Amino acid sequence: MATLELSEISVRFGGLQALTDVSFCVREGDIVGLIGPNGAGKTTVFNVITGVYQTSAGQVRYDGTPLRALRPHKILALGVARTFQNIRLFQNMTALENVMVAQHCRTRVGVLGAVLRLPSQKREEERIRQRSLEALEFMDLGEFAGELASNMAYGLQRRLEIARALATEPKTILLDEPAAGLNPAESRDLMHTIGRISELGINILMVEHDMKVVMGICRHIVVLDHGVMIAEGKPEEIQRDPRVIEAYLGNELN
Amino acid sequence: MTIRVSKLWFGYALAMAWFYVLLWPLLGIKADGLEFGASFAIWSKVAVASAILLGLYQLKKVGAFGFVERPAKVVGKAAGAVAARVPTWVALALVAAVAVAFPFFTERYAHDVAISVLVYIILGLGLNVVVGLAGLLDLGYIAFFGVGAYTYALLSVHFGLSFWLCLPIAGGFAAIAGCIIGYPTLRMRGDYLAIVTLGFGEIVRIVINNWMSLTNGPNGILGIKAPGIYWWNGKGFEHMLLNSLEQLYYIILALAVFTIVAVYRLNHSRIGRAFEAVREDQTAAELMGVDTLRIKLLAYALGAVFGGLAGTFFAARMKFVSPESFTFIESAMVLSMVVLGGMGSIPGVILGAVTLIALPEVFRGFELYRMFVFGGVMAGMMIFRPKGLWPAKRMGARSEERE
Ligand SMILES: Nc1ncnc2c1ncn2[C@@H]1O[C@H](COP(=O)(O)OP(=O)(O)O)[C@@H](O)[C@H]1O
Ligand SMILES: [Mg+2]
Repeated sequence: MATLELSEISVRFGGLQALTDVSFCVREGDIVGLIGPNGAGKTTVFNVITGVYQTSAGQVRYDGTPLRALRPHKILALGVARTFQNIRLFQNMTALENVMVAQHCRTRVGVLGAVLRLPSQKREEERIRQRSLEALEFMDLGEFAGELASNMAYGLQRRLEIARALATEPKTILLDEPAAGLNPAESRDLMHTIGRISELGINILMVEHDMKVVMGICRHIVVLDHGVMIAEGKPEEIQRDPRVIEAYLGNELN
Repeated sequence: MTIRVSKLWFGYALAMAWFYVLLWPLLGIKADGLEFGASFAIWSKVAVASAILLGLYQLKKVGAFGFVERPAKVVGKAAGAVAARVPTWVALALVAAVAVAFPFFTERYAHDVAISVLVYIILGLGLNVVVGLAGLLDLGYIAFFGVGAYTYALLSVHFGLSFWLCLPIAGGFAAIAGCIIGYPTLRMRGDYLAIVTLGFGEIVRIVINNWMSLTNGPNGILGIKAPGIYWWNGKGFEHMLLNSLEQLYYIILALAVFTIVAVYRLNHSRIGRAFEAVREDQTAAELMGVDTLRIKLLAYALGAVFGGLAGTFFAARMKFVSPESFTFIESAMVLSMVVLGGMGSIPGVILGAVTLIALPEVFRGFELYRMFVFGGVMAGMMIFRPKGLWPAKRMGARSEERE
């Protein structure tokens, strides 16, 4: 059903071949891990899926719909939400407002409704607030609703990004290094949270460096190196794969 | 201590030297030779005045004024506590009462200034949608004021359409102009946006200036009608033009109130949040489902509507329009109000308009040096209160408050 399907994706930046023939799927109920050394092209995969970058070859399909010609907000409306490796919250807005923005694509009322405060606008506004508070509660951020995003601690900002993505009511969520910069306790919490997100029936594709997190929750793993997919499979297969070990060890030796 | 004091006076000497270097060429270089007397006279007055102020400041630092300051602080604190208790609606009702009663205890000249202030409040709030909320710099905003003014002028003179009918028409034309100007700039950011909007503002003025057959060019359009209403005179309805300053004051007051309510409600709606998201991080906003191109176009169009409404009133009040009223300096003035008052803050923009229009009137006595003082105040403000006189409140209260 809500399958995200990449087939033979290639991306070039001038002379740099960032991705070469990348193909994989995120299926209903999946938690897929995307791993690889720095600069391997993981974030680029996210940017291709969400419509920030155009591919030079290949197709991304969601539910069978090709995403190629769609602008990012349309792709989001189809049900693919994401978080960012470098946190990109709306810094001068409160936590609640950040999440309320995410309801934009699920709501309709326009200028006239807002200026005249029509009953439909009031109802919708109430619903937006309700859903947003639920998303905050889900991420355990209820007490920070009125806090300015820029005043929140780093770990909370990471959670707020996930809350914001959830408030778009996605069917698939892309998490770009959600555990980066978190302490071990926070990481454990995050693993638990990702499990709960999956239980909501949301498919997950995540980039993560923390192998404990990746091996702990992903059912399927894709490994990238220099823009090329070098392995794909179950966590225990990946751990034993000689090319993966080489890519990681080789990287460490540099 | 002594080191800091001497540093302060060194700074003072430096500032005064700089001031003289600035002042003398303005006053001292004449066609028939150089002159030092006039500039020195002014300079010495300023120097003595600032020396006294600096001295007082130092005494205050040392604590010589403790005997006044301490009680003043107590009184201030008590007043603050009382003010915090007063509900917002009481404060608003008070302001409204003063605004409604204003013409009864003032005279013509004050009415005139108040009307200007209210026109600029509408302009400031309109530009605030574009600059303060959506974060798009617009240096040609006054063009929409011009479009509104000329729309009413032409429809009134050639077709005799009424002011009230022309208000929405002019708003609509201004919105279309906003889209035309906004569209090509949608993919631009920062500096480029500033230059292009500046260019468009000038284009509108130059077109008005040169389209003789339609706009009568630099000579302008005369004979625009004031707003009219139907009045019950006992026997039947009679048409009456609202010509007097008091009547015009109430019309523009109503328009300003409408603008304030509309902008406030927009600000607290899904559209307003989308504007702010675009200002904060356009890419993230797009990726979170906001159609950023459409939202930016909407910001231009909405800002333009308020400009158009203000322009319609301006034409009706002056009964004459000419391209001279829509120069770049007017755009700069409106932008200054928004920045000075506090970007994104409704009370801030109102305060900015009052400050920039009413204060120069108070300082009429200075006449020649008015712009000089104006520049100084602006520079000082940006140094000491860079977020504006009344910065937008963002500490949670905004989204938490319920009505
Ligand atoms: N917009 C861009 N322009 C040019 N090069 C880019 C751009 N985005 C990413 N790259 C390059 O593509 C490669 C992959 O980057 P990225 O996807 O961010 O890696 P990862 O997320 O795996 O660390 C890097 O070499 C990076 O410099
Ligand atoms: Mg990355």
